Amino acid sequence: MADTTSKVKVIEIKQSVFASNDEQARNLRGELKEKGVFLLNLMSSPGAGKTTTLKQTVKALEGQLRIGVMEADIDSDVDAKAMAATGVKAIQLHTGGMCHLDADMTRQGLEALGTEDVDLAILENVGNLVCPAEFDTGAVKNAMILSVPEGHDKPLKYPLMFSVCDVVLINKTDVMPYFDFDLEKCKEYLRMRNPNAEVIPICAKTGEGIEAWADWLRTQVNDWKS
Amino acid sequence: MHELGIVFHIIRGVEEVGRKNRVKRVSAVTLQLGEVSGVVEHYLQDCWCWAADRSQLLKGAQLRVETIPAQTLCESCGEIYPTVAHGKTCPACGSAYTHLLQGSEMLIKEIEVPEETDIPPEPKGPGETPGPVCGRA
Repeated sequence: MADTTSKVKVIEIKQSVFASNDEQARNLRGELKEKGVFLLNLMSSPGAGKTTTLKQTVKALEGQLRIGVMEADIDSDVDAKAMAATGVKAIQLHTGGMCHLDADMTRQGLEALGTEDVDLAILENVGNLVCPAEFDTGAVKNAMILSVPEGHDKPLKYPLMFSVCDVVLINKTDVMPYFDFDLEKCKEYLRMRNPNAEVIPICAKTGEGIEAWADWLRTQVNDWKS
Repeated sequence: MHELGIVFHIIRGVEEVGRKNRVKRVSAVTLQLGEVSGVVEHYLQDCWCWAADRSQLLKGAQLRVETIPAQTLCESCGEIYPTVAHGKTCPACGSAYTHLLQGSEMLIKEIEVPEETDIPPEPKGPGETPGPVCGRA
C-alpha cells in the first residue's frame, strides 16, 4: 500500500522501453564497423531450417569469408555442435529461458566467440517469429527464413518480423508441390509490410538457391568492410 | 517469456534514469502500452512483481499501465479506423493496404520517487530499507 502522507516527485521519462537496447545496438554496430566485422541476425520460426541453411552457407563461402556462428537457444548445444562439425568457429548461447536476444547478450556472445579472425559473424536467433523482431541485436542486417510448410500468409500474421528484415529466404522449395504455398502471394504480402526486403527462394537440403544467397552475403560483407 | 524480457528492459531503462537523477528508490513506474503492442498486461504485472523485487531501486514499486488505443489508416481511401475491431482490412472500402498509426507503443511514461529518498551523494554500504513485499495491483 502506498503511504499517502509522504510526498512523491514525478520524473517524466517518455522513452521507448527499447530505448536503451537501441542505443546499445547502435554502439555495437559502430564498433563492428571499425573492426570490419559484419554481423548477420538470422531469424525464423523453429524448424524453418536455420541450421541446415547455415551449413550450406558455410560450404558455399568456404575459403572466401571467415565465418563465426553464435547459436542462440533456450537450451541444448546441438546446433553449435552441428556448426562446429562444418569447421567454422561456433559457440552456443543460452538465453536462460528468454525468447530472444538483445544487444547486450549479443555483445557478450561476440566477445565469447572472438571476432579478430572473423569477417562474417552470424547470430542464429531463438526460433520465434515474435520477440526477436522487437529487439535490435546490433546486427548490420536482419535475415529471416520462411519455410514452405509454414504457409505464404505469414507476412500478414507476423508483420513486425517481416518489416525488420532486409532479406527473406523462402526455404524448402522442394516440397512446394505438396503445399498450397503461393510464392507470388507471399511476395505481395511481404511488399505490403516491407517493400525493400529481398526474396531469395532456396532449398537448404538440395543446395538450390544457396549460391544467390551466398552472393547476397558476399556483397553485403564487402560493402560493410569498404 | 516475452513479458519477462520486456520487464528487464523497463527496469534497465528506469535504473539508468534513476542513476542520472541520483534517485534511491522508485515507488511507481507508469507505462504506456499500445493496444496491439502484443504485451499481455496480466503477464507483465506477474513478471514485474518477480523482477522488480530483485532490483534495489525498484523493490516494491508499483507498475501502472495506460493503454494507447490502436488506430489504422487506410492508404486507399484515407479512413482512420479502430484496429482491434477491424484488423488490417479497411471497414469503409475493403482495402488491405492499411498501416498502423498508433497502438504498438511501449513507452516508459514517468516514474514516481518518494521525496525523502531523493538524497544526493549516495552513501555506499549496507543498511537497505526493506521495501513492501509484492502484492500490489
